[in-house]
Amino acid sequence: MHLHFRGHTMRISRQQKEMAIHGSFFAIASTSILVLTLIMVFLIVEGLPIFNQVSFPDFVFGQYWYPTDDPADFGILPMISGSLAVTAVSSCIAIPLGLMTAIYLAEIASPRMRSFVKPLVEMLQALPSVVIGFFGMVVVAPLLQDWFGIATGLNLFNASVMLAFMAVPTITSIAEDAIFSVPEELRAASLALGATKWQTIAHVVIPASLPGISTAVILGMARSIGETMVVLMVAGGAAMAPGSLFDPVRPMPASIAAEMAEAPYQSDHYYALFATGMVLFLFTLMFNVLAAYIAEKKKQTGTASL
Amino acid sequence: MRPWSYILSALLVVSLAAPAMAANAVTVKGSTTVLPIMQRAVEAFIAKTGTTVSVSGGGSSNGIKALLDKSTDVAMASRKMKGKEIKLAESKGIKPVEHVIALDAVIPIVNPANKITNLTSDQLKAIYEGKVTNWKEVGGDDGKIIVISRDTSSGTYETWHKIIMKKARVFPGALLQASSGAVLQAVAKNKNAIAYDGIGYINNTVKPLSVDGVTGSAVTAKDKTYPVARTLQIYTTASPSPAAKQLVEFILSPNGQDIVEQAGFIRR
Repeated sequence: MHLHFRGHTMRISRQQKEMAIHGSFFAIASTSILVLTLIMVFLIVEGLPIFNQVSFPDFVFGQYWYPTDDPADFGILPMISGSLAVTAVSSCIAIPLGLMTAIYLAEIASPRMRSFVKPLVEMLQALPSVVIGFFGMVVVAPLLQDWFGIATGLNLFNASVMLAFMAVPTITSIAEDAIFSVPEELRAASLALGATKWQTIAHVVIPASLPGISTAVILGMARSIGETMVVLMVAGGAAMAPGSLFDPVRPMPASIAAEMAEAPYQSDHYYALFATGMVLFLFTLMFNVLAAYIAEKKKQTGTASL
Repeated sequence: MRPWSYILSALLVVSLAAPAMAANAVTVKGSTTVLPIMQRAVEAFIAKTGTTVSVSGGGSSNGIKALLDKSTDVAMASRKMKGKEIKLAESKGIKPVEHVIALDAVIPIVNPANKITNLTSDQLKAIYEGKVTNWKEVGGDDGKIIVISRDTSSGTYETWHKIIMKKARVFPGALLQASSGAVLQAVAKNKNAIAYDGIGYINNTVKPLSVDGVTGSAVTAKDKTYPVARTLQIYTTASPSPAAKQLVEFILSPNGQDIVEQAGFIRR
């Protein structure tokens, strides 16, 4: 009887424990989701009032950004084109570099080399963006001026190279995981059919890991479009659509960071900066949804995925 | 005691103490140009007296408005009060008192390798409007002028925009740097660059230019011969609270004026 009673209490306390754990995890998860939702709501509430002053098309396609003039102009097309330009150019640099590093690490490098190089590449990710920005400003910009005889080293190209530095570790790390997880029997089968190592990589391993590679590329690009410190320090900051690779640009995050600190609270300028944040958020959201979609839709499920 | 009970009791103490502290608290509001001076001054003032002071920006107009609404004790302003504002104050029965706390001079700077030493205000305006684009047009060596400006919400920009640009727009191709330090860095690293910076920030990595033949200095700013200068002031009512009065006196004292210099401005 006594034993039974003890067993009974134990079962209840176990259930309670289970419920408590369940509850606390739920609470923690919903807190972070709630906070994210609140941030989004805040962004929209603080951004929308600008559209009483300027229409949405005029805001997004406006050529001129003079937020403190009277009358003011709130056109962010130069910033949008700046953001797209640095993202595109940095992708052109970071994607080949990142993917080739990933292929090398997963397929070609010896296990010892891999265990040495991979942490090193991932350590690059730990470099604070302000350090990369400072490097670009103080070291790279004067070199560009000397080498190419261009007017200013603070430009689209410099910012793109610095952003590529930051995107490569993301791309390499995720793509390498994807390539590495391709089942061994695929490689074995390919080699058994007489394919060379290179043919195996190009025609079997890469197609099999394509969803993972796509995710890697998209997350790398998302990193570039959202990065603030580097573009603030290195991109030059001219509020003008770039005409060449060596023109200064002002991507959206740089515009927000430079002006938000001193924009009067709840002025039109303040609202316009939040609205810029909304547009930027739409872009990064697009990248992330795309990455999630590809990862989900084309899940790597071993040999069955081919 | 458990950790959370420490936190709880700490919160309790704070919540009990807060109303007591608020009784002789000072609020300061206004110009973002004056803000860096005020923040440093207030830090020293709090350390010295223990008075609670809350400082916020919002711009000169908002500061003055808050003073007239009696929602602030001290208003910071990078310009003098306008006639309209003084009339409004009178209608509300408030007599605002002005205290000039510092002078601000903005100096055009170029790379030390540039042979130019002086530009007229009209030349500077044309350069910043993108109408003059080569150094040889203003007597320098052949080379594209790299125009560097500040973010539009900075006080330095405001002074430049008002006095040199006469409120005309800086052309969109101008580079933007978000801080005085970054401006210096960019000019020091580019032989074709021109920028402007507050007098307190300028060092020997760049070359200051004279404007209309007048070299910018504390002396020429004070006697008003140097054109790109202005006074920074704070306003109180005629009968401020003792704590607010004490704060104003502190900023005008030699200690306070040292802080003005540390913040990159000129003593009054």
